Formats: sequence, structure tokens, C-alpha cells
Amino acid sequence: MQHIVIIGNGISGVTLARHIRKLSDHKITIISGETDYFFSRTALMYVYMGHMKFEHTQPYENWFWKKNRIDLVKDFVTTVAPTDNEVHLASGTKISYDKLVIATGSKPNKFGWPGQDLEGVQGLYSKQDLDNLEKFAPDRETCKRAVIVGGGLIGIEMAEMLRSRKIPVTFLVREKSFWNGVLPAGESALINEHILEHHIDLRLETNLVEIIADENGRAKAVITDKGDTIECNVVGLTAGVTPNIDFLKSSGIELGRGVKVNRLLETSAKNVYAIGDCAEQHEAIGNRRPIEAVWYTGRMMGEALAQTLCGKSTEYKPGHWFNSAKFLDVEYQTYGWVFSERNKKDHEQHFHWRHDTEKICITIAYDKESKLFLGINTFGIRMRHEIFDRWLTEKRTTDYVLEYLKDANFDPEFYKQYEDQIVSKYNLESGSTISTRKKSWKRIFSKT
Amino acid sequence: MKTIKNIGLIIFLMGLATFTVLPVIGTYKLSADTFTEFVATKGIKSELFVSEIESKVVGQSFEGMMAFAPQITEALEFANTAHRKNKEYKKVIYTGPHDMAAELGKKSGTGFLVENKGLMWFLTFGLGIIGALLFILPNVILLGQKGIKNDGVYHQSSTNQGWIAWMVFIFLVSFYLILYFRSEYAVNWTYLVDPISESLSGNPAGHWFVYGFMYCTVMSVMAARMYIKYRHNIYQVVRTTSVLFFQIVFAFLIPEIMVRLQMPYYDFKNAFPLDYDFFFQWNIKSLMNSGGIGVFILFWGVLLTLVIVPVMVYFFGKRWYCSWVCGCGGLAETLGDPYRQHSSKSLFSWKVERWLVHSVLLFAVVMTGMTLYSFFTETGTVFGLKTSSVQNTYSLLIGAVFAGVIGTGFYPIFGNRVWCRFGCPLAAYLGFVQRFKSRFRITTNGGQCISCGNCSTYCEMGIDVRAYAQKGENIVRSSCVGCGVCSAVCPRGVLKLENGPEKGRIDSNQVLLGNDVDLMELMNEK
Repeated sequence: MQHIVIIGNGISGVTLARHIRKLSDHKITIISGETDYFFSRTALMYVYMGHMKFEHTQPYENWFWKKNRIDLVKDFVTTVAPTDNEVHLASGTKISYDKLVIATGSKPNKFGWPGQDLEGVQGLYSKQDLDNLEKFAPDRETCKRAVIVGGGLIGIEMAEMLRSRKIPVTFLVREKSFWNGVLPAGESALINEHILEHHIDLRLETNLVEIIADENGRAKAVITDKGDTIECNVVGLTAGVTPNIDFLKSSGIELGRGVKVNRLLETSAKNVYAIGDCAEQHEAIGNRRPIEAVWYTGRMMGEALAQTLCGKSTEYKPGHWFNSAKFLDVEYQTYGWVFSERNKKDHEQHFHWRHDTEKICITIAYDKESKLFLGINTFGIRMRHEIFDRWLTEKRTTDYVLEYLKDANFDPEFYKQYEDQIVSKYNLESGSTISTRKKSWKRIFSKT
Repeated sequence: MKTIKNIGLIIFLMGLATFTVLPVIGTYKLSADTFTEFVATKGIKSELFVSEIESKVVGQSFEGMMAFAPQITEALEFANTAHRKNKEYKKVIYTGPHDMAAELGKKSGTGFLVENKGLMWFLTFGLGIIGALLFILPNVILLGQKGIKNDGVYHQSSTNQGWIAWMVFIFLVSFYLILYFRSEYAVNWTYLVDPISESLSGNPAGHWFVYGFMYCTVMSVMAARMYIKYRHNIYQVVRTTSVLFFQIVFAFLIPEIMVRLQMPYYDFKNAFPLDYDFFFQWNIKSLMNSGGIGVFILFWGVLLTLVIVPVMVYFFGKRWYCSWVCGCGGLAETLGDPYRQHSSKSLFSWKVERWLVHSVLLFAVVMTGMTLYSFFTETGTVFGLKTSSVQNTYSLLIGAVFAGVIGTGFYPIFGNRVWCRFGCPLAAYLGFVQRFKSRFRITTNGGQCISCGNCSTYCEMGIDVRAYAQKGENIVRSSCVGCGVCSAVCPRGVLKLENGPEKGRIDSNQVLLGNDVDLMELMNEK
């Protein structure tokens, strides 16, 4: 029996602990200074919005940990000493380990803006961020306006949160159009429109220059590079995240932006591993980034490493890219790779369809020459993960995907379906004569 | 818009306040003629009771039911005690004291209310409906863009078990206590709906008619709220229309019209064992005495429970009944929707649920077994147990207290499906079919779940949906009523209610979490 110490009780660390327990009798200790128990970070926004209570974000009841012999230590790790097989805690305690796993996740990016550490300036990542937002922006009387800096997923979530309490929001986005480094133009435009529908003051191509303090050291306004001064009580910094690994600087473990790991998730130090947002692959896997701050990759790394630590050496193989998000009221899913105009290569061609009135659209990326299906983005239509995963593995053509698109629809029953409209537009544009096939359970369940 | 909402709230509260004071006001005066006629039609043989009422009640005027009712109940109990003591069993009156007070009260009401039923209907139901609609309809604009709008659910007193929720709780519980145990206090309410009852069945309204009418009204108004809240989700819109239709047409209109046509009162969708007294002797006898239609109902009732219900559950899951047709479900999905998040998701609650709901099913089956045995053998006892006392216990504990007082009264505190989850024997029966032989499941969409917990929070049946979804497992649970709200509130498009092949229904893509095939197989081996 070994003692496996995990730093961080987020999705990666907890998935790892659960799977180790399923597979073995190792002693497991999870150290976290953030909260007593694991909670779902992705749901913090819903607590502020009043959809849930904080306890609802905890996927396991409090008795779960003791019952499964997973020891929880609430503390911060200050130093890791791989040579002594020890971690040092802020309280002064030392814990020795046989295997150490770093799963400390991310922290919000700060790019050295003047005033970035003032009171009322925050990201939205941790439980503490939620508590701070509740303190500085409990209602629109206390927070007369909030400015959000950085047009990504967390930025738009934070805007949605603040709007749920009717707090006026100004949203500074560096790009010409929201998230257009990731989304193709048509989709990015759709989200721009939707942001405005939610009465968010969207300012594109605008950067933060400085945050100004009042006499108590609290944020009172921001200055933009357009020369505007915007008065506000809260500033949200949501320009991406960066691995939360400052405490490892003296450890001797090889670091890049994150903790450098190989496909087995091993770091440069013996018996030390890193998983989740804080891990950085030496070489990116496929089109994925070396650091993936995505919920499911954290979970998958935890699953893979549990196998390794329990004797079955297992590489992290994330399979086909997929992801999802929600922009205010519009759901977004993606399977395979659809690049934005900024990042796409020459051979990648797009087919885009958008509904006349509703906020519904799709973009299919395919190879110009071979018509090979590369990926799909959908807005306002749910798709079946399993089917797209299979089509990507089988290297299907776009014509095939469109012909059988009804198999992939995952919208609730009675929803209006748009496959025929989509395909007729595709036929018109490409001169093809595809006709859609009826949904078939047999095909959906066939596991070829 | 906000102003309209507030005006609506005030109007609604005015209607509610009028409705609430009605039970304790009014003047009751029983005339000698009315009483004589009453004694004759009821066939009351107790001269003691008659003389007691004649001396203490007839011709006198009573202010409020509190003054009137005790005279009746005391007289009845006095007479019955004397008759039992003297072994004059033929003279004993078997109508309950409170029912007797209600019946006589109904005939004795006088004054403004009785003379202005239409106006009083408007001041109670009318104001309630107008006020509630004024409160609800502005949401079309106030809720903004269509989509899931649960903003502030846990910030508001009414939906976060705050003082408003407790007031609603007290109101609902008191209402049900009156309905089931002190029906004489509902007499004034019956006057409000007399004109409606008379136009349907031809008879003046009893307190159950008040309940039925109110049920339909509340459901209709709250259905408007559902339509607005879930206007982006056609499944919810269709389903709400369906429960509303079955409540109004099948549970309310058809039975009343059948009475007018001299047929037995019967709700064709109310399946045994939810309809627990279907096989009670009085019901079977009355059906058999009603000619062709009675025999048909008897046949239909058995067919419904043994064939139609399970076959439909096989094809569509329990939802076709519980959240598309059932009256209890209908109220839960309309009036109860604001409280759905209060169902407990703990493992402990799930244990309690399984013990309790299956015990009730067992109770219902044993009781019905005894009933049928007694019916065919014409004995009153089975193994020394009196069939009628078992029936009475069930009616009181399960039929009245559990289904009514707790089932609906506790909405604001324990959520809207307390009865369906912990008590309904039909739900337990359908649950077996759904769990073991059905095409229905909630499919989890591969690895898209982010464990946010919206699905679990808003599951009215207390299913920890997330526990399955985050493992990539389909949800196949006997208790699921298929309301579809987990799918509606999911921000990542993870859940879909569907009817598909049985093969691979339960553990289908447990490991398609995105991790590559090798690992998937590895995990499968364990």
C-alpha cells in the first residue's frame, strides 16, 4: 500500500482519487486550501444567479470521503520537496508521500495592468472569487456598473451573472468580434448580437489600460485604450487562465507555463505527476493545446493516471476534440476541429447555415479537396457526441455526415428539426444532391 | 410591467383573503320544512337526533359555522351513543358528524353570499384568476430572451423555503385539513361554484366539486406560467397542455356530465391502485347496478391497470402517465413547478423512498386482496382482520393524509412530488415496469457533462441525475416521471429523454467519455 498525495480537490484530483480507490487500497490524501469538499467550479455562476445553493455544486455527499477512505486536508501547499518525498503545508505540517500528484488547476490571467490587484478587481475561478463577487456586487445599488475585461467563456458567464441581478455591465473585448479567435465569423456575429440582446454594453476592439482606485483602494473606474473612462465598482478580469503553479518554483520540477509532463503524465521529478489544467504536455496532442483548461480533459487525465498508479501504465489519450459551452441563452457544442478564419489552414473549408430568425446556426469544416469531415460547431442545436466521435474515427466525408445528420440530432423530443433546410442549403452551394436519411436507432446503436 | 405585476399580486391577495375568511363567516338558519324534507330523503330513523336538532337548531340563527356545526355534531353523537347503548342499531346514523354538519349547513346558509353566488365567485375565484394572470403574464417581457430562467430561485422567500413558503404551506395544509376532515367549513365555498355544478351535473356543489373546480383553475393559471417559463422548450409546452387537458376533460368534466346522464361518477384515466377504492364493495356494487356503462367501467378499470398502463410504460416510460396524464402529476407540474428544487437528493432519502413507496404499494395490494376476498366470500374479516378497518386506515393515512395533506401541503417545503415519490402505489408499480422492461431512458451525451448539478437540483423526484451523467451513464430509474426538466436546464446539451431499443439501454456508453478506445476497454474489463 502506497501513500498517494494529491494537491488540489478539483475535477482532476478527485477523479483520480475515486478511480484509485476503485482499483486499489492505496492510502489517498487530498490537500486543498480552497474548500472542504470537491465542488463543480463550472457551477459557481449558478450559485450567484440563484439557480442553486453552493451545496448543490458538490457532486458527492459529505460522508462520501470518509466512507471511501479518501483523507481530506484543508491547507495550502507552500513547498514541494521531491528529494525528500515531502510536501510542506502553510500550517507548518509536512506530509510525506510515495506518489505525488499536482492537480492545482489555474488562476486568472493578469497582464500587469495598473490597478489589477485593487479591491473589487477579480477573476471568476475559485470559491473565493464567488464570495468576493457576492461581497462587491450583491445588487445594483452596491455595484452600479461592472466592467469585464476579456472576451472568452468566463467573461460572458460573468456578464450573464451580473445581468441576472440587473447590474449594468460593460464588456471590453480585444477582438473585432466576440471570441473570433476560436469561432468562425458567422457564429461570432451571432453571439455579438445575442450579447446586445441581453443589454450588455459590448465594446469590441477595446483594451483595458488602467484601473483607477478610490481613496479606500477600491476600484472606481477603468480607462480604455479608446480614451474612455468608465465608472464602475467591480472589474472582472477574464482574459484566460494560467496554471496555478507558483508554489513549485523552488521544487526543481521542470516547469513551462505549466508543469511539464509526458503522455504518462509524469513530471521531471520521480514519483511526481501532474494532471488537469496545470499540466503542460511536452508536445501538443493532435490539434489540442499543450495546456488544456477544459473540464473533461482534467477528468480524463485523472482516469488515465489512476490506471498508471494502480499498475497499468496508461497514456493520456484524449481522443477526438469536443467541447461545449453556453453563451447566455445559446448553447454551443463542437465536435472535431472547426477553426476560426484567423487560425484555419488553407485546405479547411466551411459550410455555414443560420436560421432566419432564431439564434440557431451550424458550421461544418471539411477538407476542400477530399471533402473529409473535420468538425462541426452547433449553436442552438444539440448533437449526439457518440455519433460524431464515430464519424470522426471512421473519417467520413461531409456528404455522408449531412446525409445521416438526423442520427446525430440530440434536441429534446418535439423540437423542430432543421436537417432538411441545412442540407438543401449545402446542396445549393456545393451543387450536390444529398437527401437526408430518416433517423435510425439501428445505426445509432451499431458499434462498428 | 413591474407595476402590473404588483397590481396583480394585490388583486390576487384580495381574492385569496376573501376566499380564506369565507369558512368562518355567514349566517346559518335551518327551517323546519327543509329539515323535515332532509330527514325524509336521507331516511333518518333516529327520532332522538331529529328532536335534538328541532329543539336546538331549527328556526334559530347561527353566526358562523363555528356556532352551527357543534350543534349538529353533538346531536349526532348524542343520538348515536344512545342508540348503540340501547342496541337500536337500525337507528344509528352512519353519516359522519362533519359530513352531516356540512350537508345541513349547505341547506341552512342564508344572506348575501347565498343570494349573490355569481358576485362572490368573482370576488374569490375571479379576483384570484385575474390577479394571478396579471402577475404571471408580464413575465413574457420581464424574463427577457427565451431560455432557462431560474434566476433568483434561491434568493426569493417564496421559492427558497422562506416565510412566504411557510405561509403557503400553512394555507395548503389547512385547506386540505378542512377538505378531508372538516368539510362543514367548506360549505360557503360550495355556494360559489353552485351555478357551475348545476350547469354540469345538475346538482348543487359539494366540497369535492369545489376542490375539483379549484384544481382545474389553479392548474390552468399555473399552466400559463409554465408556457411562459418554458416557451423555448416545446416538450414542456406539449406536456403541460396534455396534463391540463386530462385534468379538465377526464377528471373534471366527464365525471360530472356522466352524473347528469345518470351514470356513475368515474375518471377514466385514474388507474388502480392510485384509485385505491376502485374495488371497494360499494364501488363494485354501484357499478354493477349501473347497467352497461358500469360493467364497462369495471372492465376498463381492470384493463387500464393490467394492460394499458404497463404496455404504455414499456413504450414510453412512466412519463406517459405521471407527467402527461395524471391529475396529481398535473398539479405537481403546474402549481408545484416553482418548488421542484426542494426534493432531497441524498442517498438516505432514496432509501426512505424505496421503503415507503413499496410499502404503500404492498398495503394497497393486500387491502385490495382482502376487499375482493371479502366481496366474493361475503365475510367481513380476513385472518381476523376487519376488511373495513383496513380500508378505513388506508383511506385516512394514505388517501387523505399522505396524498392530500402531505402530498400537496408540503409542496413549498419538500418539493412538488412528495406523494408521487414516497407514497403513490401506482408510481411504484409503474416504476417496476420502467426499471425492468421499458424502452424509456434519459440518454447521457457522451462526455459533455460538466457536473454542474442543474439537473439534480431541478429533479422533482430527487434523482441525483448528475451522478449518472458525469459518468456518461444513461439514467434508468424507476422513480423518473419523465418531466424533462433535467434536459431543459442542462447548459451543455447532455440529457435527452428518449424511447429506444432495450438493448444497451442501461450501461450503454458508460465509458464514452472521450477517452481513447484503449482506456475505454481497459475500464470495461474491471
